[in-house]
Amino acid sequence: MVTFYDRTFESRLLLGTARYPSPEALRQAVLRSGAEIVTVSLRRESTGGEKAGHAFWSLIRDLGVAVLPNTAGCHGVREAITTAQMAREVFGTSWIKLEVVGDPETLQPDPFALVEATRALVADGFQVFPYMTEDLVLAEKLMDAGCRVLMPWGAPIGTGKGLNNPYALALLRRHFPEATLVVDAGIGKPSHAAAAMELGYDAILLNTAVATAGDPPAMAEAFAEAIRAGRRGHEAGMMAETDLAVASTPVFGAPFSPFSG
Amino acid sequence: MRIVLNGEPVDVAATDIDSLLTAEGFDPTLVATAVNGDFVPRAHRRDLRLSEGDSVEVFSPRQGG
Repeated sequence: MVTFYDRTFESRLLLGTARYPSPEALRQAVLRSGAEIVTVSLRRESTGGEKAGHAFWSLIRDLGVAVLPNTAGCHGVREAITTAQMAREVFGTSWIKLEVVGDPETLQPDPFALVEATRALVADGFQVFPYMTEDLVLAEKLMDAGCRVLMPWGAPIGTGKGLNNPYALALLRRHFPEATLVVDAGIGKPSHAAAAMELGYDAILLNTAVATAGDPPAMAEAFAEAIRAGRRGHEAGMMAETDLAVASTPVFGAPFSPFSG
Repeated sequence: MRIVLNGEPVDVAATDIDSLLTAEGFDPTLVATAVNGDFVPRAHRRDLRLSEGDSVEVFSPRQGG
């Protein structure tokens, strides 16, 4: 069980809904992954003709999953707050994945804007899921601002590079045992997700690695399995690493051994 | 009156957000609105008077990561 603010879930995989080859591929991927939370966003609705938002929203509602709206593409505090308020009305949830872009090339979140926007949103009754760098002091400020969930990046969005800074991610886990920690972004392969779970992370949020896979539903299932394996490994207590060999087969009584036995 | 709707300049007869949404064919239950960067909740759409040059944003659910 994993807790996000006052709600608990079985699945530790949060799945993004963008970039799938078709709506059906998205639907199948959500079903095969077992994800109970999907991320969504808001965009300008077209005037007249077909309403793109309508079909998408029907598909998500029919899946019966919880939605986590994001503020993707926002570059400033005011923009992010307005987007969060609009998302709360449309999606009927106080959850917000807070994204404030600080750098256009890496889409690295702006830590200063993130803290300022978080303070305002928490005061307005939001439950904030901040998309952040793995910075320890930033995490502290966000927790002080009222966050109970932190979502550090593994690597920049859509790069598939995995965990760029496992040391800092492990440090965050150690520092905030009570927080719900999610690695969000940069995950490319199931093994990356398993590695994050082995560090003791509570969940993984990913999108591109599933959506752009040759077979998105199969990849979604592969990620779900990797996340379960990583979590179980973490809970089982992993052995300590050593530099020199430690024989696993008992030495005592080995054939031709000079030792008797 | 000329306003900017989702980034495009348009001439409209509507003087409030509610009538603007209806006139432009939006589903008012499915969209969220903002005027000049500030969120306009559903309950206030009728009260807010549009002015020449206002920038109106109409957002709906979309895929996201």
